[in-house]
Amino acid sequence: MKKLLSTVALVAMMTSPVLAAEKVLHVFNWSDYIAEDTIKKFTAKTGIKVTYDVYDSNEVLEAKMLAGSSGFDVVVPTADFLQRQIAAGVYAKLDKSKLPNLKNMDPDLMKALGNFDKGNEHAVIYMWGTTGIGYNTKAIAKRLGDKAPTDSWALVFDPANAAKLKDCGITLLDAPTEIIPAAMNYLGLDPRSTKKADLEKGAALLTKIRPFVRYFHSSQYISDLANGDICLSVGWSGDVFQARDRAGEAKKGVEIGYSIPKQGALQWFDTMAIPVDSKNKDAAHTFINFVMDAQITADITNYVWYANGNKASLPMVEQEIKDDPGIFPTDEVKDKLWGAKVYAKKTDRIITRLWTKIKTGK
Amino acid sequence: MSKTNGISIGRRIFNRIGTYGRSLVIGVPLWWLIIFFLIPFAVVFKISFAESLIARPPYSKLLEWKDGLMVLKLHLSNYGYLIDDDLYILAYWSSIKVAFFSTLIALLIAYPMAYYIARTTERRRGVLLMLIILPFWTSFLLRVYAWIGILKTNGIINNVLMSLGITSEPIVMMQTNFAVYVGIVYTYLPFMILPLFTNLVKLDNSLLEASADLGASPITTFFKVTLPLSMPGMIAGSMLVFIPVVGEFVIPALLGGPDTLMIGKVLWNEFFSNRDWPVASAVAIVMLVLLIVPIVLMRNAQQASAGASS
Repeated sequence: MKKLLSTVALVAMMTSPVLAAEKVLHVFNWSDYIAEDTIKKFTAKTGIKVTYDVYDSNEVLEAKMLAGSSGFDVVVPTADFLQRQIAAGVYAKLDKSKLPNLKNMDPDLMKALGNFDKGNEHAVIYMWGTTGIGYNTKAIAKRLGDKAPTDSWALVFDPANAAKLKDCGITLLDAPTEIIPAAMNYLGLDPRSTKKADLEKGAALLTKIRPFVRYFHSSQYISDLANGDICLSVGWSGDVFQARDRAGEAKKGVEIGYSIPKQGALQWFDTMAIPVDSKNKDAAHTFINFVMDAQITADITNYVWYANGNKASLPMVEQEIKDDPGIFPTDEVKDKLWGAKVYAKKTDRIITRLWTKIKTGK
Repeated sequence: MSKTNGISIGRRIFNRIGTYGRSLVIGVPLWWLIIFFLIPFAVVFKISFAESLIARPPYSKLLEWKDGLMVLKLHLSNYGYLIDDDLYILAYWSSIKVAFFSTLIALLIAYPMAYYIARTTERRRGVLLMLIILPFWTSFLLRVYAWIGILKTNGIINNVLMSLGITSEPIVMMQTNFAVYVGIVYTYLPFMILPLFTNLVKLDNSLLEASADLGASPITTFFKVTLPLSMPGMIAGSMLVFIPVVGEFVIPALLGGPDTLMIGKVLWNEFFSNRDWPVASAVAIVMLVLLIVPIVLMRNAQQASAGASS
């Protein structure tokens, strides 16, 4: 799909009515995270050419932002990273007079985002989702039987289960601040705890299942799940749904399921923001406003299978997506979700060190 | 002002231009090194003494004016981290280990290839050299990705093995150290073959004939004549492989498993996950120092061999 996207961007560039001398908007977004026609429609409507680039981890985006002069005009950080980057002075304040489509946004979700960005001054919600379990239904049933606890973290965090899935392949996101809290949640600890002892307990559990983990990666699992190369991923909701779609298209008999574990899961927000050194702030506002259009956001959700923060778009979102509790969780499940925690520098270092220890055993 | 004075000034100016011109030409490589090596090194060295901050850029200034005083703050603790936690020493050590064995394997594979190319007919030599260089025409990244397709669970090797009935279950090769070695040796092999080839092709045939005439078997001749004479090529090739492999990041990241601990990955973590540019810089500086030792060794060996042959 990344290839497809660059083709789209290329076509958008070639068919653009404006001359090469016109400014180009540089958008930096997560991989596999936009509808196929969004950029094309934007260029057709506004005449602004877009260079579209992708990343697959917040850390990569953050390093670029902290170095400065990234050349990007619109970027999509996750809310906890956004908060730290705002503190570092990375983002420009939004000019809300240029964003009339803000009226489409869900006020409750924007209020939740306010925990990270006071008064919603720097960012608007792009998509949101959960970090849960994606699994190959047949492979799991074959190894754990029909009573496999697919609705629980026990499926992966119970070493007895993980051991049985070793041969078909378990993967975890390479995102320590999402996986360690999930393990803490399974142990009945507060997933947002910053106590060293709690973090170490989570890490100890992960060390126990470590021998059964094939790899830690934040994007490769999409195609590997779809192809049947692996059978269980702790991953991001929409990515797992994309794997399910691709598996369906490939028709090799692979069926993928996604579940938000009953113990709870991380709920995260990805947001659109404008770097303070962007040279096209007007065009960047135009782009953000364009994406907040109800139909455009609905198109993106229909394509990437992530929930959005755009209330006005919901009527246009496909029923199948709206009814999927993995995407739009029930209220009961919603109560169990937790928001990301912004850690102090010292805690960051502890988590990274624990993560290296989990991964390498050293 | 007298006339003679004017002439001597003119000559002096002319001389000076000549000196400048000469140093300009000689200076190009020097400037290259200053701009692309020394200055970046100085920047990294500077950052390694800073304190990490939540700011843009995310580290403190070393020099500050305070009440008319210039204050220089050096945070040596960044280097202290590297000793406090055994992670770094383990990572350096395992990187050197991987580099050492990759170099050794590459040498064992490259030597017969280079030897054959050097000894074959001129026409065939051109074709073979072409084949060595040809892969460089495709992106390095694509070639590493191709290995993913070959090695993965549903990949080419496993599909062939399973369809032939040699194995019933796929062999896990991706995300293992085995895959890292395959990737590294494959990628760096040409850097071993080419210096070996340029060395072996210069080998004087009359020396081999003399050895044979004096009753040495081909094997003795190889170990007593060919191998010692090809030492400079082996050293050059080994350094060209060893040095970049120590800091290799892409190949272990794509082909390696999570337990593949290499200093490139640790550096990545410091930089991206911990957002600690100063410690990341300290890691890089120490790595550079570790690499300078083999570079100096190589230079000495080359100078020694140059001295011996002249």
